[in-house]
Amino acid sequence: MAKYITEINKQGNIAVDDTILVKDYPATAGSKMLENFVPLFSAEAVERVVAAGYTLSGKTAVGEFGLDLYGETSTSDICAAATLVADGEVRAALNVDLNGAPRRAAAIKGVTFVKPTYGTVSRYGVIAAACSGEQIGVTAKDADTAAEILTVIAGHDAKDGTSLKQDKYEYNTDISAKGMKIALVKELYDAADDEVKAKIDSAAAAYKKAGATVEEISVLGLSEIKTAWTILMSAETTNNLSRFDGVKYGYRTEKYKNIDELYVGSRSEAFGFLTKATIIYGSDVLSKGRYEVCYDKALKIRRKAVETLTELFAKFDALLMPAYSKADFEAYDVTDAFNKVYEESLFTAPASITGMPAVVTKGVQLVGNYFADGKLLALAKVLEKEEA
Amino acid sequence: MKYELVIGLETHVELATDSKLFCSCGGHAAANEPNDCVCPACSGMPGMLPVTNKHAIELAVKAGLMLNCKINQYTTFDKKSYYYPDLPAAYQITQWFHPICVEGTVEVGDRKIGIKQIHIEEDAGKLVHDDATNTSLVDYNRTSVPLIEIVSKPDFRSADEVITYLKKLKAALQFAGISECEEGAMRCDVNISVRPEGTDKLGVRSEIKNMSSFAEIKDAIEFEKVRHVDAIERRTEMLVQETRRWDEVKRRTFPMRNKETAADYRYFPDPNLMPIVIDDAWLEEIKASMPATAEEKGQKYVDMGIATKEAAVLASDAKLCSVFDAVVAQGREPKSVASWILTECMSRMRYLGIETLNIDPAKLSRIIELVDAGEITRAAGKKVLAAVFESDVDVDKYCDEQGFNAKVDEGAVLAAVKAAMEANAAAVADFKSGKEKAFGAIFGACMKELKGNGDPALIRELLNKELSK
Repeated sequence: MAKYITEINKQGNIAVDDTILVKDYPATAGSKMLENFVPLFSAEAVERVVAAGYTLSGKTAVGEFGLDLYGETSTSDICAAATLVADGEVRAALNVDLNGAPRRAAAIKGVTFVKPTYGTVSRYGVIAAACSGEQIGVTAKDADTAAEILTVIAGHDAKDGTSLKQDKYEYNTDISAKGMKIALVKELYDAADDEVKAKIDSAAAAYKKAGATVEEISVLGLSEIKTAWTILMSAETTNNLSRFDGVKYGYRTEKYKNIDELYVGSRSEAFGFLTKATIIYGSDVLSKGRYEVCYDKALKIRRKAVETLTELFAKFDALLMPAYSKADFEAYDVTDAFNKVYEESLFTAPASITGMPAVVTKGVQLVGNYFADGKLLALAKVLEKEEA
Repeated sequence: MKYELVIGLETHVELATDSKLFCSCGGHAAANEPNDCVCPACSGMPGMLPVTNKHAIELAVKAGLMLNCKINQYTTFDKKSYYYPDLPAAYQITQWFHPICVEGTVEVGDRKIGIKQIHIEEDAGKLVHDDATNTSLVDYNRTSVPLIEIVSKPDFRSADEVITYLKKLKAALQFAGISECEEGAMRCDVNISVRPEGTDKLGVRSEIKNMSSFAEIKDAIEFEKVRHVDAIERRTEMLVQETRRWDEVKRRTFPMRNKETAADYRYFPDPNLMPIVIDDAWLEEIKASMPATAEEKGQKYVDMGIATKEAAVLASDAKLCSVFDAVVAQGREPKSVASWILTECMSRMRYLGIETLNIDPAKLSRIIELVDAGEITRAAGKKVLAAVFESDVDVDKYCDEQGFNAKVDEGAVLAAVKAAMEANAAAVADFKSGKEKAFGAIFGACMKELKGNGDPALIRELLNKELSK
């Protein structure tokens, strides 16, 4: 498999995933729908890394619109950016974390990924699917490198209405773990396979050795959070993807006699199964009579999730949890892709639905309170040093 | 049985902002060619994010204040989804859950019309069908231009009330600089039903979509009333709740093509736009920037000594007001200015077929000054005004060229009287034989002789004297 979907510069040191726009280079978001789409402008994060003196190497593969966690997309595709980083081909990669795919990829490949606090990195120039949760994050070989790139891309951008007002963020990765309180989330630990459990065990041991406490806790409502995020994500994705109708740009069917056939034909031929399933699910949860019991309820669960986690962070510095259940799925029929992704998002949904930061390193995931990105990176560094 | 009309209106007007609702493109008024005023945001390209135009929020709040609404200090933008080629992102950003203004009222005659809500939304583009190639072309210049939709309660009981309301609304919106309300830019959906007088239950409703001409709205309402009453009384048809359009040629309404399934717009809050909080300080700032309403303005004119009816006509039109205010500010007497605008200017406008007064107030002021000071006669003043309307002449220069001068001495008037009598000997003879009507012809000849100059009273006096000799 080619390392890049589109190569930009052989000497480049930053890879960018294909849902992030780079002016004049195709941006497919992993979809046949956008196979001929060339953007007129670059994402703000891309502008910032280039302005800081980094060079773009190329565009990496993603699951269609970033929805896939590990369903219909091949492992090599979903791990494309993490593989380049692991192989030392680039210094870092920018990846959109919509449903946790880059977290999963980093965990599998043993590299570091930071999904920053929602609103700290501009989403301008991201091919949007689920605006309320997606964030550009950084895949790098270690926490220090991730922090270096995150410092460059984070900060207010007037072109994004959800961008927070702070101009600059600093991430101190040298905070001592001594005295820190870490909570190990029992329900998620139990849901993972032995290989993943072993990684969590060794992380817990490393923290204890570094002078932190590790306490096993129960978090209620994780299953509801998973469902609520799937509802919100699907609804927003349905809406954002409706612009891809074959009229203005992107794929257009050859078989149409009127506008309705143009819409139906283009979308039927160009979208993959998981995207279609997401669109159908997302249309349903927003429809008349279903909104109150699905979408609106999911918004309430989101608020409840923020409350629950905020309360936990009054007592703990970080939550320690797996980033995925197991490295590989057994074979299954493609029509089950949506359900597989839904089940797997149990591990990634808490940070996605709340917009709280998450850092993956050494195969484990740390979730922290808003703006605890630096603290999480510092905790990640403890594990990296332990194993080095 | 007698029936009464029950009408509710949804009125869309374009806000007078410099740029679109969520991007910095100029309004479509600035466009020359199709798709001139379009950027990746308003054409629905992926990767773009909306950023709210603050001025649009302020103008919507102003509209709410004018219509006595409660301003929702927490207001949100929501997405409304449907597929149509003139809607590039396949959703329209509107306000569904928390509209910016609610619960207002407007006085129409002696009745109060309730305003259910005012919400902000973006306009769609325009489709043009090209018969030559049998293709549809799309123009996104209008896409995302900010609109407000003013939703009334079903409180209207006649077409006249509807028209009075629309005229009042238009004047008020122009006054406050909320909307320019250009021809056709005020678009109405008219919801109509009828019911027996004295009953409360609402009848079957039809909605006539997208009307802009007041005269057509009136005719459409009258047509629908007859259609509804006929359907009930004479069973000419089965009334169903439906959307109809008005055919201006056939002078009747027609049902619009029925969609196979009812539309489900799948509204939800736009996660890209944070809720807008209009705090007390901001609200006070907007209140402080409100201009006088048409009523307040009318009252001010009455206080200046203008008759109530004339004051109301002046106050109903933003342009008349601005010319009036400017001329009065130059020191002219208000009553005189009102008379010149309402009689002479409006007569010129009717003659030339213009709808809005467009005159340099300094020129009008100079004409009035010359007439009021007796420098030229009113008749001459009217001629100057006509010349200003037609070719924007310089007032003083034109008076000189035409020899307008009211201060003609008695000798010159007498000479003109004699000349006119000589040239109209027959009329003089008629007059002397008792036909008093002939006086007018001779008087007119004198005026002509004097080129409209001279004091009419003096001319009359001298002419009488000469004729009785």
